[in-house]
Amino acid sequence: MNSPGRLRLNLDPGTVAACHESGQAIAEKVWKELEGLSTVAVERAVARLFGIDGADSAGLPLPNVIVDALSRSGGLEDGVAIHLAKACLETGGEPQDVAEDVACGQLDFASIPDRPRRELEDKARELARRAIDRILDRRKEREELISRLGQSRQPWLYVIVATGNIYEDTIQARMAASQGADIIAVIRSTGQSLMDFVPYGPTTEGYGGTYATQDNFRLMRKALDEESEKLGRYIRLVNYCSGLCMPEIATMGAFERLDVMLNDAMYGILFRDINMERTLIDQRFSRMINGLSGIIINTGEDNYLTTVDAFHHGPQVLASEFINLHFARMAGIPDEQIGLGHAFQIDPWLESSLLYEISMALLVRQCFPNCPVKYMPPTVHKDGNIFFAHALDTMYNLVASLTGQSIHLVGMLTEAVHTPFLQDRFLSIQSAKYVREASRGLSDNFSLVPEELIEKRAQSLLQSAKEVLEHVKDTGLFAAIEEGVFAGVKRDRHGGRGREGVFKKSARYFNPFEEILSSRSKAF
Amino acid sequence: MTVDGANPATEKRESPRRKILPYGDRHGDGMVQVSFTLELPDGPEAEEAGRQVMKLMGLTDPQIVSSEPLGPSFTFFVGYGKLLRPVDLDNLKVAKLPWEKLDPETINKMVRERLGRPIIVVGAATGTDAHTIGLDAILNYKGYAGDHGLEAYSAFRVVNMGSQVENRDLVAKARELRADAVLVSQVVTQRNVHISNLTALVELLEAEGLRDDVVLVCGGPRLSHALAVELGYDAGFGPGTKPSEVASYLVQEVLKRKGV
Repeated sequence: MNSPGRLRLNLDPGTVAACHESGQAIAEKVWKELEGLSTVAVERAVARLFGIDGADSAGLPLPNVIVDALSRSGGLEDGVAIHLAKACLETGGEPQDVAEDVACGQLDFASIPDRPRRELEDKARELARRAIDRILDRRKEREELISRLGQSRQPWLYVIVATGNIYEDTIQARMAASQGADIIAVIRSTGQSLMDFVPYGPTTEGYGGTYATQDNFRLMRKALDEESEKLGRYIRLVNYCSGLCMPEIATMGAFERLDVMLNDAMYGILFRDINMERTLIDQRFSRMINGLSGIIINTGEDNYLTTVDAFHHGPQVLASEFINLHFARMAGIPDEQIGLGHAFQIDPWLESSLLYEISMALLVRQCFPNCPVKYMPPTVHKDGNIFFAHALDTMYNLVASLTGQSIHLVGMLTEAVHTPFLQDRFLSIQSAKYVREASRGLSDNFSLVPEELIEKRAQSLLQSAKEVLEHVKDTGLFAAIEEGVFAGVKRDRHGGRGREGVFKKSARYFNPFEEILSSRSKAF
Repeated sequence: MTVDGANPATEKRESPRRKILPYGDRHGDGMVQVSFTLELPDGPEAEEAGRQVMKLMGLTDPQIVSSEPLGPSFTFFVGYGKLLRPVDLDNLKVAKLPWEKLDPETINKMVRERLGRPIIVVGAATGTDAHTIGLDAILNYKGYAGDHGLEAYSAFRVVNMGSQVENRDLVAKARELRADAVLVSQVVTQRNVHISNLTALVELLEAEGLRDDVVLVCGGPRLSHALAVELGYDAGFGPGTKPSEVASYLVQEVLKRKGV
């Protein structure tokens, strides 16, 4: 993990420990309340993990067909695993055969005779182990590629492609990699986060981005693998495990060897008005899959600072990071895969703004020393003056390097104008690369003057974050979101999108992945 | 005044000037800076093609000052050239902004004295657009660039519906609140989806018989007042708009329509 060398803030270990304690208590309390619930997205993910893919003649993905069928016939509250296991035992086919038969009306779950519980669970476990082995194979493949090809030193430069057409994206992604990018994110088409299904097949039309589909993942992975071989360093691929299909996208990402996924416990609630319970249940299962697949998750605290003032809202960013961290740990993700997010968004014209940015960046780095923290570039104070934006990004690049960030999202000079042109990405990578290499070792040559602005600011942010966390612990996360603690956004526990997809588990409910992965994560 | 052939440095400048050229480092030099990418490998052919691109733009003496490969088959150029055909200011059609800039105290006072209740404003980023930066900058208390948002005025009651709002939900909310003004933000776009979103809203308001009851305003980086009017909006605000500009417009337009 990257580190800020000799730049160390003098932070009170007791305050940091108190933040962790609250973060953990908050996450545990939420999970206790939600344990008895599941969602349609979790069940569709189980169907995908069992190997179900494709769409029916109307274009509805087969995982949706299965969940809808069970919802109609009344078995969904047992979880799809039991019913798929039963159908497989009955027909002697694979889950995919079952799904196709259900889709064309040849098989009806309700008409399949029941079997002893034990037999069904054993079959479901067998199907689950196959999926887990498939995922672990992809994970091993990644580890082998990295050890053979090598990878860049951190901070890893992360850029976005977003043409809407996956074939065009692969051209741009390969180009960005050859220019020096280490991580390529394919931004999703706006609006996909609110679709309660994952589109099927390769896509060539999107708005502000490209649809996340398993075929698109596969096409981009192949292109980047070829580019990695050519460049002699492993290029990582990112997509968005957020919105109404978090667990399914985690599954697709695991199968197609994505390396990084955006996955925030609260982002959907705050910024997409997705129901709280839905998001919090979905994030847990998606993170279990992310953890298993060796994928680094990225949390979205940077987004808070695009809606509220970055100078005044540092504490809630830090507080949210502690909460996100403990939700992730509870789902079995080790710190080395928890890429907490933060951003350089303070008004650049504020006196000493650079010092405040350094302070926050160091604070996050130091609070989470084993996490591959992700640093996001300025966007709010860019307004189309591409030359000033480029200057601002250069300062951001310096702070990223100086403070030892792990994942460095490269800012674009044309932010607020359009999705990046090929040349925008080139200019931005060139600048980031220059600063990263030119400032190598800088932090080993400096130490902080105690009690000066940078340290004092960090201490006060930490103290305030501790207070925010204690408040959230006392009121509970649901009530805290209802009162607008994060990003100034208020959401109602029982409102929001996708609420109808949350259901109460029956006494018969069984999810073999929950069982296997929970016992596995305890071994970490 | 003519620019072609004249020596601009010695020529007496008339006032008001009616023709204009881009300004590099002296009056009348017409210098323009361009940057673009061609789908060609870096080399003499690409560079010559780059100069031709600039000639086709109407630039005289095109110079490529930098060409860099963006990979094996693309080249990025920075160039300078002279644009020596002046813009005739007399023939310009400029959409006149039908309002004047007022300060917040004046706006609050006008509404208090003449309307006697706050102006009800409903705002949303519609369609699939998830970006609320522009909308929040105009509506939220904090505002933008030191200029407070509409929430900070006693003259407005603001309902910010946030992002990814369907047109029909926005219209329903406007009806429910008996809104005086509807603000729509469109930030991210691809293949002009922002235009179809915006026209769909106008059509929906017309179909619902609400179009004349509200002052309809759109804003975003790709929008201008002229385009907004063309799309059937009362006003449009482009990049860099401050909340006080929107506030000034709204107060004047709403009071005018109410006849108070």
